[in-house]
Amino acid sequence: MSEKLLSVQDLHTSFFTDAGEVQAVNGVNFDLDRGEILGIVGESGSGKSVTAYSIMQILADTGRIVGGKILYKGEDLSKWSEKQMQGFRGKCCSIIFQDPMTSLNPVFTIGSQITEAITLHTEKHGREAEARAAELLTLVGINEPEKRLKQYPFELSGGMRQRVMIAMALACEPDILIADEPTTALDVTIQAQILELMQDLQKKLGMAVILVTHDLGVIADMCDNIVVMYGSRICERGTAHEIFYNPRHEYTRGLLRSIPNVNNMKKKLIPISGSPINMLNMPKGCAFCARCDNAMKICLTEIPEELWINDSHKAACWLNVRDAFEGKEV
Amino acid sequence: MGDTLVEVKNLKQYFPVRSGFKTIPLKAVDDVSFTVGRGETLGLVGESGCGKTTVGRTILRLYEPTAGEVRFDGELVTDKNITAMRKEMQMVFQDPYSSLDPRMTVEDIIGEPLDVHHLCSNRKERREKILELMSYVGLNAEHARRYAHEFSGGQRQRIGIARALAVDPKFIVCDEPVSALDVSIQAQVINMFEDLQEKLGVAYLFIAHDLLVVHHISKRIAVMYLGKIVEIADSDELNEHPVHPYTESLLSAVPIPDPDVTRARKRILLEGDVPSPLKMPTGCAFRTRCRFATEQCAKECPALTDRGGEHFVACWNK
Ligand SMILES: Nc1ncnc2c1ncn2[C@@H]1O[C@H](COP(=O)(O)OP(=O)(O)OP(=O)(O)O)[C@@H](O)[C@H]1O
Ligand SMILES: Nc1ncnc2c1ncn2[C@@H]1O[C@H](COP(=O)(O)OP(=O)(O)OP(=O)(O)O)[C@@H](O)[C@H]1O
Ligand code: SF4
Ligand SMILES: [Mg+2]
Ligand SMILES: [Mg+2]
Repeated sequence: MSEKLLSVQDLHTSFFTDAGEVQAVNGVNFDLDRGEILGIVGESGSGKSVTAYSIMQILADTGRIVGGKILYKGEDLSKWSEKQMQGFRGKCCSIIFQDPMTSLNPVFTIGSQITEAITLHTEKHGREAEARAAELLTLVGINEPEKRLKQYPFELSGGMRQRVMIAMALACEPDILIADEPTTALDVTIQAQILELMQDLQKKLGMAVILVTHDLGVIADMCDNIVVMYGSRICERGTAHEIFYNPRHEYTRGLLRSIPNVNNMKKKLIPISGSPINMLNMPKGCAFCARCDNAMKICLTEIPEELWINDSHKAACWLNVRDAFEGKEV
Repeated sequence: MGDTLVEVKNLKQYFPVRSGFKTIPLKAVDDVSFTVGRGETLGLVGESGCGKTTVGRTILRLYEPTAGEVRFDGELVTDKNITAMRKEMQMVFQDPYSSLDPRMTVEDIIGEPLDVHHLCSNRKERREKILELMSYVGLNAEHARRYAHEFSGGQRQRIGIARALAVDPKFIVCDEPVSALDVSIQAQVINMFEDLQEKLGVAYLFIAHDLLVVHHISKRIAVMYLGKIVEIADSDELNEHPVHPYTESLLSAVPIPDPDVTRARKRILLEGDVPSPLKMPTGCAFRTRCRFATEQCAKECPALTDRGGEHFVACWNK
């Protein structure tokens, strides 16, 4: 077996709050190959962002990785010093967030922020770093880069700011780009520009991308492989084709039925009933149980294991086991 | 158009904004005309800042229009008493978290408009009406005494809608009513809007940035760009045969949650950003980003013209 670029193994991340321990990520496993685009989709609060922040080790003060391992090129990141992790962030793995305004400093020019990222992580300084900054802006499709470098974040549009964030994230050509809802705050036409840019850069630079989003359209458009999360666990994973055309977890199925699509414009949508779960009061069995129309007794008490559906698809749903036993078409 | 409920004609809404020592008009809505039929849904889409919310608010007279007129049931809304008008037209807002007072119970929130308009003669009747409204939007009777802050986003949105429905309006402006909700909850609320329309015959102006949601719920769709409507047509017609270059690229940019379909399409990318509404281009506002623009586009603003079958487009070259 070839060594994985990134391997997340049985990750557990919790927040220790006044109200108790919130198990935000509960036993998450996945691998990322070089050049792969992996989508993480799922319910709001299911642990998508916390998974991403755990990889970067940029959790809030109350948050801690309480179990599992994250391997980067085979090396256990938990053994790395904070100094090494600083190198990891930027050189090996970069992250961009939903709202570029919160991650750009309003009182510094775009130029000083990009050059800072460059000098921090590379050998380039002064003029050289500035030249590289202009080059990066060109790479992300910003015209007149020299002029833009002198501007402040508020002088740019939302789409332009997100491009600047991407430029900063790419400053040291990392192997992995994590994008947490990178286009959620943008208009559709601007979103299209950013998605196209990300696809383009991914091809050109060969980096791997972890794309976190709740937008199934964006996932369908961009991703090779998809991880679906519900209630701090992965409930299903597979190739884009398997997840969209052969969903095997009841949450994924429900989600796909509930959204408007090209083929259900004239039909009533079929909503998922109930409301999202309370993380402080997690159900004992399958987290989706209370909202599942096909729940069985076992779903109430036992957490379903992830089982192979075929060699590019796994799901954690008791129904699949039943289907297999009853000899139904799988 | 057979049975018109709302008629908007040459509506303009200019906001005075300071620029240096001068005050200049920001043309948020610039000469917009459309109609909404009785019991119909008209979707309104377009980029952030193009004036969708302002159109909704101006119709409801939350703003006084700079120019133009709005007729409701044939009558000018400016001739109507504002309380009487609020009984006919209501608004549902985007953010279910901030638009309800968290210290009020559900019963008080829904009951308030009933009291304002003196719609119930005694407490029993009031209580019954409230429970009826709650059942319309899928809330249980036991929710009545609970406070708004105890509810999830989807439930709060239902409370907001029940409140809007309390006065039996014929028309509701829904401004991004599902955008703040989790995907798994959106369908519940979309279905509820559709069911209420079938049951009560209420008409909607439905503003949203998710074009698939708008397509699902609307009979017709109007597309706005920088304060102007550039295209209006039947939903399916618009989605299958967009004519205006902006609509065309907007629709091509919508990611479809179906890998084969979405990957087979070609995005028509627009260059650059939307111009500032303070520096509106001359002629067609879209010309700075349009791949079909000609000299004429810079000179004169194209009017909306019928291209057959009530499909209206404002473009010189398409
Ligand atoms: N700083 C924190 N303190 C306490 N709990 C937290 C904190 N950050 C996240 N959580 C909890 O961890 C869980 C997972 O959160 P996360 O942000 O990963 O969700 P998500 O899947 O990214 O959702 P969304 O789609 O809304 O962004 C949630 O229940 C959230 O409330
Ligand atoms: N009260 C106001 N005073 C001054 N300018 C305003 C006011 N309200 C809106 N505007 C401006 O008018 C234009 C249209 O705004 P509007 O809120 O109607 O856009 P929108 O299409 O609803 O956008 P979004 O999709 O972001 O909600 C924008 O340029 C906005 O900045
Ligand atoms: S009028 Fe001209 S600039 Fe405007 S959309 Fe049509 S072709 Fe493009
Ligand atoms: Mg998140
Ligand atoms: Mg708005």
